[in-house]
Amino acid sequence: VIRMAEQYRYLGKATPRKDAREIVTGKAQYIDDIKLPNMLYAKVLRSPYPHARIRNIDTSEAEAYPGVEAVLTHKNVPEWEEGSPRHKRVLDSRVRFVGDAVALVAAKTREIAEEAVELIDVEYEQLPAVFDVEEAMKPNAPQLYTQFPGNIFPRGLAMFGPKTLQEIVIGDVDKGFKEADFIVEGTCMYENVPNPLPPEPPGVIAAWEGHDQLTVFTGSQSASMMRNFGQVVTNFADIRAIGTFCGGSYGSKNCPLTLMMYAAALAKVTGTPVKMYYTKEEQFIAWRLRIGSRIQAKVGIKKDGTVTAVSGEWVVDTGAFSEMAQGVIAVGLGEAQLLLRCPNWNLQTHLICTNRNPSGGIRGYGGQELKSALIPILTLATEKADLDPVEFFKKNFVKAGEGYYWRDGIWWVCRGVDYSKAMQRGAEFFGWEEKWKGWGKPTAANGTKRRGVGVGVHGNADVGEDRSEAYVRLNADATATLHSCVSESGMGQRSSLCKMVAEVLNLPLDKVHITPPDTFVNPWDFGLAGSRGTYAIGSAAIEAAESAKRKLFEIAAPILGASPDDLETKDGRLYVRGNEKNMILWRRAIGRDRTITGQGRFEPDYSIPNFLAIYVEIEVDIETGKTELLRVVAATDCGQIIDPLILEGQLHGALGAAGIDTALFEETVLDKRRGHILNCNMVDYTWRTFKELPEFQNVILETPISSHRFKAIGVGEISTSPGPAAVLMAISNAIGRRITDYPATPDKILKALERT
Amino acid sequence: VREAVAMDDINKITLIVNGETYELKVGNRADEVAPSHTLAHTIREMLGLTGTKVACDHGACGACTVLLDGKATLSCMTLTVMCDGRNITTIEGLEDPKSGELDPVQQSIIDNTAFQCGYCTPGIIMSSKALLNENPSPTEQDVKEALAGHYCRCISHYMVIKAVMEAAEKQ
Repeated sequence: VIRMAEQYRYLGKATPRKDAREIVTGKAQYIDDIKLPNMLYAKVLRSPYPHARIRNIDTSEAEAYPGVEAVLTHKNVPEWEEGSPRHKRVLDSRVRFVGDAVALVAAKTREIAEEAVELIDVEYEQLPAVFDVEEAMKPNAPQLYTQFPGNIFPRGLAMFGPKTLQEIVIGDVDKGFKEADFIVEGTCMYENVPNPLPPEPPGVIAAWEGHDQLTVFTGSQSASMMRNFGQVVTNFADIRAIGTFCGGSYGSKNCPLTLMMYAAALAKVTGTPVKMYYTKEEQFIAWRLRIGSRIQAKVGIKKDGTVTAVSGEWVVDTGAFSEMAQGVIAVGLGEAQLLLRCPNWNLQTHLICTNRNPSGGIRGYGGQELKSALIPILTLATEKADLDPVEFFKKNFVKAGEGYYWRDGIWWVCRGVDYSKAMQRGAEFFGWEEKWKGWGKPTAANGTKRRGVGVGVHGNADVGEDRSEAYVRLNADATATLHSCVSESGMGQRSSLCKMVAEVLNLPLDKVHITPPDTFVNPWDFGLAGSRGTYAIGSAAIEAAESAKRKLFEIAAPILGASPDDLETKDGRLYVRGNEKNMILWRRAIGRDRTITGQGRFEPDYSIPNFLAIYVEIEVDIETGKTELLRVVAATDCGQIIDPLILEGQLHGALGAAGIDTALFEETVLDKRRGHILNCNMVDYTWRTFKELPEFQNVILETPISSHRFKAIGVGEISTSPGPAAVLMAISNAIGRRITDYPATPDKILKALERT
Repeated sequence: VREAVAMDDINKITLIVNGETYELKVGNRADEVAPSHTLAHTIREMLGLTGTKVACDHGACGACTVLLDGKATLSCMTLTVMCDGRNITTIEGLEDPKSGELDPVQQSIIDNTAFQCGYCTPGIIMSSKALLNENPSPTEQDVKEALAGHYCRCISHYMVIKAVMEAAEKQ
């Protein structure tokens, strides 16, 4: 850690997470730890076919089965639809992927529900299916939705406002290519559609009170999203959403609306609370994957690394429905511009549906998928120009005063810091200069082993996305309560927000509490996404605390015979600055039977991108094609560390959640004849174990950033993103051949080496 | 009469969980332990000890690890009826019930913020506890071996290794 920042009472120091004791003693309640009285268990009957029409469905045996309370099919479910645009019915007469829902059962126990599902008799008419984006776009391809001819989602969905970014068109690419010294063209595929695979499967509990009041317990990233998006699909039921602890999400459980609809539909017909909790297998076959990303692009650069033009087609595969793929595309396109300063762009996008388990908005949200495919093409050009990639990225990553179209299609001018410094410090720490031998050249060769190094960079301006509101209530007993609708899915943000409030109010950290993530007791907060916790949510919490403190000083000022501007507070005492001895307690100022509340609000600001560079060293055995990841250095500049251990843990996340290992071995293996996922369990879906950890170091700079009073921004969301392209680069350098199709498994490496 | 008593014995099992003795009936009624029930199911659903997590339910991720007679055991792969008379420790049983003092492993996990979402944490703590029971001075490699079966997707691994090594040193 390189310290430039101010000294604070709590910020920048490691403090135990406020929920730590609950977690280590097993008292933390996750969704499956909660039982409501008389609660029923839901189970889904799933399609064995990738594309079929339901000709007939007989539920009589299941309905008669003892303990079964309800069976729903496409004939009797509510007419609710989700997706972007809304196109996915709760249950439909057509199924579009293996694992698509056919019927829902609610029963007294999980076992009964499972047994009853087996008793449903379905007659399917199988339809031809399509699994590849190019095939899906052909004229005679099987069609998934009548409203999306050619399996192409039309542009124009106003996900982030009327100008939602769905292409990058800037300047004149023809002119740009004329100015280039080198022009390259290539295609790269990041189509492993890996599973972010949180340890806990998705789950919700739904309970109706009366006709239109719906309470939803949700083990997800954001309670507010569940209320807000849930209202849209349920014809505006009055939803109260309560967040439980969430056992990992990584974007896959931003808002599990599908499960909410299942549970709510069953709860409505039974008049009883219903829990819908997926098994691990269901999480594999019917829950959110990354988008498939294929790029064909042409890049022009000058000898000095100036990029003159980028043109191409980005084909995105969202699987059998679009949860929010247009949004993922918009953010990805914004992030591509943060990577590359280039005056001439024409990057078009095509959003395609195919007959597989749908994609979602996974950590890295578009940028990871786009750049993992774009950087290998881009580096064909830097190779021709013989440019060191670190120098190239330093030159081209967005700097203050430069602009970009963000996801809302609006031109934003960067107010961030110069991240070249973080890249440079990371490179020095990694030993880049000694290890980098040039494009296609190994760092070292020893017998059959070839070492190689690579670098990737990523940034996201969503750190200031969406709106946040917060209240801070000061209590007479010298405690403070932060009302902020923030769920805990691993980021430690609930604790970090308390640290910020404690800092403003100069209270002991254990005197600051945050309300449960319950939409009934909290004002609006979009929730944790895109690393927005530190800047967006933090800004609202800080403003609320400052406002409350000002009100407190105004009340205390006459008692202390001074102006509010001259007051200070510490540990629940109030005094005139410099005269700590002559103090009064908060209790006296506030009064035992009163409280003081301040409010804060954050409005979106896309002018400050965050940043992360990942440096990797790998070793390929050219005899077996196997690659070992030896070392990772992550370098960032976050302005001001809120909690060093939490931040370091988030950066270690580069190895998890469909991150770095998507370049090495992680993939969802789809049988493209029958549409089944072949590795839908924790044994066949390969993951990195404790024994295979590379050396991992973080280089964290603290250059004050113009965010809020603590000059900090978040970075955790993007830690998975720069790694895959860095690893592919390192492998190419180690073996002297290019791999353009992730993951770089031994068979692909041996094929590239012409050893098979 | 004798035979009836014997049958009655067969239809009951005793589990000693976190020092408390539980007599459970074996059978297929809702309040009984079915022969097909896993220990994880019994602990969570019948005893209400939900600190033990079931994630994959196939013995592949380590989340459900408990101590069975002191040894780290996957409770989702263990049938309850096979545990008659045996000693089981779950995550709820590590804290001193009187003083509220945490086990050194638990305390060290807190001190090092060696968790993120916390879902895999109870299993990791139980395996670490079993390791330190057998080997009070493990090497880092020993810790990695002992935890190799634990899936953590947030990547708390580096902090966990440090925490377990520190707990060993303090013991």
